[in-house]
Formats: sequence, C-alpha cells, structure tokens
Amino acid sequence: MDIHEYQAKEILAEYGIKIAEGGLAYTVEEAVQRSREIDGNVWVVKAQIHSGARGKAGGIKVCKTNDEVEAAAEALLGKKLVTHQTGPAGKMCSRLYVEAGTDIARELYLSFMIDRSHERVIMVGSAQGGMEIEHLAATNPKAIVKIYIEPAVGLQDFQARTMAFALGLGEDLLNHAVKTIKGCYRALRDLDANVLEINPLVVTKSNELIALDAKMSFDENALFRRHRIAELRDKTQIDLREVAAAEAGLSYVGLDGDIGCMINGAGLAMATMDMIKLAGGEPANFLDVGGGASAERTEKAFRLVLADTGVKAMLVNIFAGINRCDWIAEGVVQAVKNIDMQVPLVVRLSGTNVEEGRKIIADSGLPIITAETLAEAAERVVQARNEMVAGQG
Amino acid sequence: MAILINENTRIIVQGFTGRIGTFHAQEMIEYGSKVVGGVTPGKGGQTHLGLPVFNTVREAVEQVGAEASIVFVPPAFAADSIMEAADAGIKYCVSITDGIPTQDMMTVKSFLRRFPKEQRMMLTGPNCSGTISPERAMLGIMPGHIYKRGNVGIVGRSGTLGYEAADQMRRLGIGISTSIGIGGDPIIGSSHRDVLEKLEQDSETKVALMIGEIGGPQEVEAGIFAKENMSKPLVAYIAGLTAPPGRRMGHAGAIISSAGESAAEKVERLKELNVTICPTPSLMGQTVASVLAKL
Repeated sequence: MDIHEYQAKEILAEYGIKIAEGGLAYTVEEAVQRSREIDGNVWVVKAQIHSGARGKAGGIKVCKTNDEVEAAAEALLGKKLVTHQTGPAGKMCSRLYVEAGTDIARELYLSFMIDRSHERVIMVGSAQGGMEIEHLAATNPKAIVKIYIEPAVGLQDFQARTMAFALGLGEDLLNHAVKTIKGCYRALRDLDANVLEINPLVVTKSNELIALDAKMSFDENALFRRHRIAELRDKTQIDLREVAAAEAGLSYVGLDGDIGCMINGAGLAMATMDMIKLAGGEPANFLDVGGGASAERTEKAFRLVLADTGVKAMLVNIFAGINRCDWIAEGVVQAVKNIDMQVPLVVRLSGTNVEEGRKIIADSGLPIITAETLAEAAERVVQARNEMVAGQG
Repeated sequence: MAILINENTRIIVQGFTGRIGTFHAQEMIEYGSKVVGGVTPGKGGQTHLGLPVFNTVREAVEQVGAEASIVFVPPAFAADSIMEAADAGIKYCVSITDGIPTQDMMTVKSFLRRFPKEQRMMLTGPNCSGTISPERAMLGIMPGHIYKRGNVGIVGRSGTLGYEAADQMRRLGIGISTSIGIGGDPIIGSSHRDVLEKLEQDSETKVALMIGEIGGPQEVEAGIFAKENMSKPLVAYIAGLTAPPGRRMGHAGAIISSAGESAAEKVERLKELNVTICPTPSLMGQTVASVLAKL
C-alpha cells in the first residue's frame, strides 16, 4: 500500500529524520495560508499523488510570492497529473503539500527495501541523488552502494557509517547521517514497510541533512497489525474497480482488452490470459476469485468484470480444489440471472465435483457456452467476442 | 520412492481443530495420508477426528513420532507455528496459510538458517497448495483424484495451474512422482531450485516440470542449476507472457532485480539453458509427453 509524501515525511520526522517545514492543503486558500505560516521567501507547492517523477510532469512548483502559491494551487488542485509511472490515465491531485524552499548544496539517494532473493532488507545509496535510480543503475552502476542487513541483529552502526561515507557524509555530518540512516531502517522494520525511499536526501547550504522527498510503501499482509498505517490509505489514488475488488476480497487488475475473465488462482489466471491472447483476443482484466468462492462472491466478481462496459465477452475458468464446481456453477447461474448479462459467456469447469457443476449449467437453460479444456475455452471466448463485435457492426 | 512424503510419513496438522484444519485433515486422511494427530495450543489432551491433540509440536514429536506438519494457522500466528515446528525437530513443513507478513517470513528464514543444513527443517509455502505423492500421501489442499502416480515431478508457484498440468498429464496417461507447490509469496521456504535438487535425487522421477510466473529471479536460477547439476530433463512453463509490466515494486526494486523478470525474458534465458519450454499452458501435458518419449 502506497502513501503520500507528506504522510511519509510525518512518519520519518517521528524517527528523527529532518524534514523542511511544511503543511497540507486541500484548497487554494489553505495553500496560501500555509505559505503565510511558513517563514522564508521561497515555497514549494507539491502535488500529493501516488507517483514519482512528479517534477517532470509539472506537479512541483517553486513559488516566490503568495500570489504564485495561489496560482500553483489553482493549477494543480482537482487536476489529473500524468507521469510516466501513472500511465496515461494519470492520478487525481486533491491534496497539496506546501513546503519551505531548501537551499540545496548536494543531492543524495537513500532507500531501503525487502530483497526477495536475499530474504533480507537491502539498503541502497548513492552520492548522485535526484535523478531516477533506474537511470543511474543503467548508466553508472558503480555509483550505487548496496548493503544487506541481517534480520536477526538489524542494521549495525558500522553499516550506517559505511553508507554515510559512501554518500560523502564524513566528519561534521557523520553523526547526523548515522541517526538518519538508522531511523529510516527502524521506520521500515517497525511499520512493516516494503520500501522506503528518500530521493533526494539533500545537504543544504547551511550543512544540514534533509529528506526533500519521501516515499513509503507498506506490506498489505501486515496492515492487520498496523492500524495507523491502514488509515493512511487514499482511495482516490487507486483504480475504483480495484478498490471494489479488494473490499469483496477479490484480486483484480484492469487491462485494455475486451474479454472479461474470472478465474481461481493467480497462476491459472495469468495462464488463461496468455491463452486468450494466443487465440487472438485481449483480456480486459485479471481477476482471481480465490478459494472457497461462494455464490455471493461469484456474483460480485461478475458485477466487477461487467462494470467495464468495454467487455464484449466473458470467460470463467475454474479448476476446483478447495472450491467445488457445483458451488461455482450455482453462483454463475445466479449471477447471470440477477445481472442482465448482455455479452456471451463461456464457462470451463474442472476438478472437484465437475460433473455436478456441468449439469447445473446445462440444466439452467441459460445461453452459456461450455468448454472442457483450457484451449477450447480460449478459442470459444475469442470466437464469441468476434461474433459479438461483428453483430454490433 | 517419491520425495518429501510417502504413505509412512507421520503427519501432524497445526491449527488442527479449526474449521479449515479439520476439513483438510479429513481430506488428507481419506486420501491415505498417515495423520497421527494435531496441535492446537490450549486444547492438548483432547481428541479430534479420533486423533490426539497436543499443546505443542514438541509433544507431538515425542509422543506420536511426528515427522511432517501442515500449517493452517491464521496469518498473524503462522510464522510462529512454522518456527515451533522447526525447533521441535519436524523434518518437513508445508505452510498453506495465505497472507503472512513478509517481515515475518524474513524472520522465519533467518531462524531456519541457524540450524546446520542436515538438521534444518525443509519448508514449502507459505501461500501454496501443498505436496502430493499420488496414491501414497497428500500434505495439502489439492483435489487428490486428478493426480495419477507416475514418473514426472512437478514444482510450481501456483496451486490451480499445477492442477491444470496434472490433469492434462492424466488425460495423456502420464503420472506424477511428487508435485510440490512452493507458493506465491515474495519470501518462501523453498525455491524451484531447492525442489529440483530433491527431484534430481529421486529414483522415481524421470522428468521435472517447473511451472513459473513473472517476477523474481527464481526460475532462471533453477534453470542454471538444472544445466549444471541435473541429469534429468527439465520442462518449464512461465505464466504471464501477456501480463503488463505494471504492479512493480518501488523504484529501488528495479535496481536489485534488474535481470529480466518478465515471462518473455525468463523464457529466453531458460531456452539458452536448454530447458524445454511449453509454448502454451494448454500444452504442458503434451510437451512433457514428447520429452518422456525421447528417454
């Protein structure tokens, strides 16, 4: 789960990391008020959306007067910002963070994340901050320092010092750097974050170390014990269909095609999407209905898939293990009856109680196309989609 | 002989008396698995499904000779249960639980590394469908009837895609020595490579099928292992050839896993390593059949 920059900065401040003075604004008036409250003669108005690369997309504006702050706030609030990370749809900006301007002497990079293959937290740093780290990794990998942290003992002082020296933070800033680095690690561990990235971490002209940007992402599986973090979720930053899916306990990802899918198991879902593509179609979504799919859950999944009005045909592919094909079949029949379905439906059932399931579909009298194998299912749904499109002519 | 479990493996169920534990314990017993009891802290001394319930895994090891365990404990407590099993001397543990926090799994793996390799419990999962040696024992939640006994070993992340593979093979008259689900979480007990190492040692297994997917470096690592250390042919399918690149981890993720994480890149690397690739998921059975025919 991602959070906003201002939320990450609030957390980091609690862990002893220095941030510039700033405040949150939901309206243009509030933004101007914030700049009046903050001393100085330069302010930065920053769009709060869940994406990096906001600067290039015009989401970060440096202002020298209150009027400029007002103009910047007007330009950003209520607008969709498109960065190369948001995709073409962009993300709605409904919050601004107004911050005191910082005199930057040097820009550094510091991040912590869980490295799957080493099964440890990795700390990554570079004395060349500010630019995107992927770019730096591609052009100058030697400028990046990586240190693995042993989970049983945690981050040691010598490791923090090694990173501080690698970032060029020797002598007068060393103690502060060690405190900052250790604070970041504690925040990641204490709060079940997967990623904590400060880019840039800056040395100011008055020789202070400040987190100028901050990004944190949290483990969804750990939110049950991180209530405060769970409350930071901003639903305006997530695809509405994905929000509805998560609330129904389903895993959904919207895609660009027109064949809707409902499948049990993430691997089988991906494989089925591959088959649709190989048969000449394009999937409209990824949807894992999970184990123990009740009739109610099946109907919710149908509504979710069909809420995408671009869907021209739908495929249900279930290989029942914990599930029972007869339960799924009952759910499908109920869903088709309750939702006035306008597009053709192909159902492929396999596994536990498959005969009972197929009988329920056959006896329903509904115009459901059935298939026995994965290949058949994909071919039939693509054919049904093509006939549907041709019919709409 | 199959790997990890057979008809004589003495199995306990952790989270035995819960609804899910009870249901799957019954299914495993019906399949023929030698379930010798279960653990539910606080319910020690009771009898459930005609079997003894213990307060601790250690008691189950000492009193009924438990060797393998299956964990149905809820996500908040599952990591603790896995570590308890390892500490009590369980040899093989399957964790079915879905939703264990990543940092808890990091702790589990760190805990397991403290044991010398020969005494270290093997863990598969979490978030997996378990392990089955057809017609002998099932330590999992799969539909047992779709698996025919034979000489192909399966290792895969996904439960249902593994069922699909076993079903395609059964239709072609091909059986399975052991099928192992390793789970879909970022940090898991055993990798594809760890399981291939076991399948290579198994006299019953003639061919190994690896069912992988997008993300992480594991499939390619397994391919390198196969090329360098395996005498048996390896067949692979990688799901997600058409999946979009979205849903990535943050920026920092891209540095560490710069080696190709997309399905297409993995397939290319595996081909270079002489792994036989299933061109589509509906051809997993036929691809294995053609490799078997050449032996």
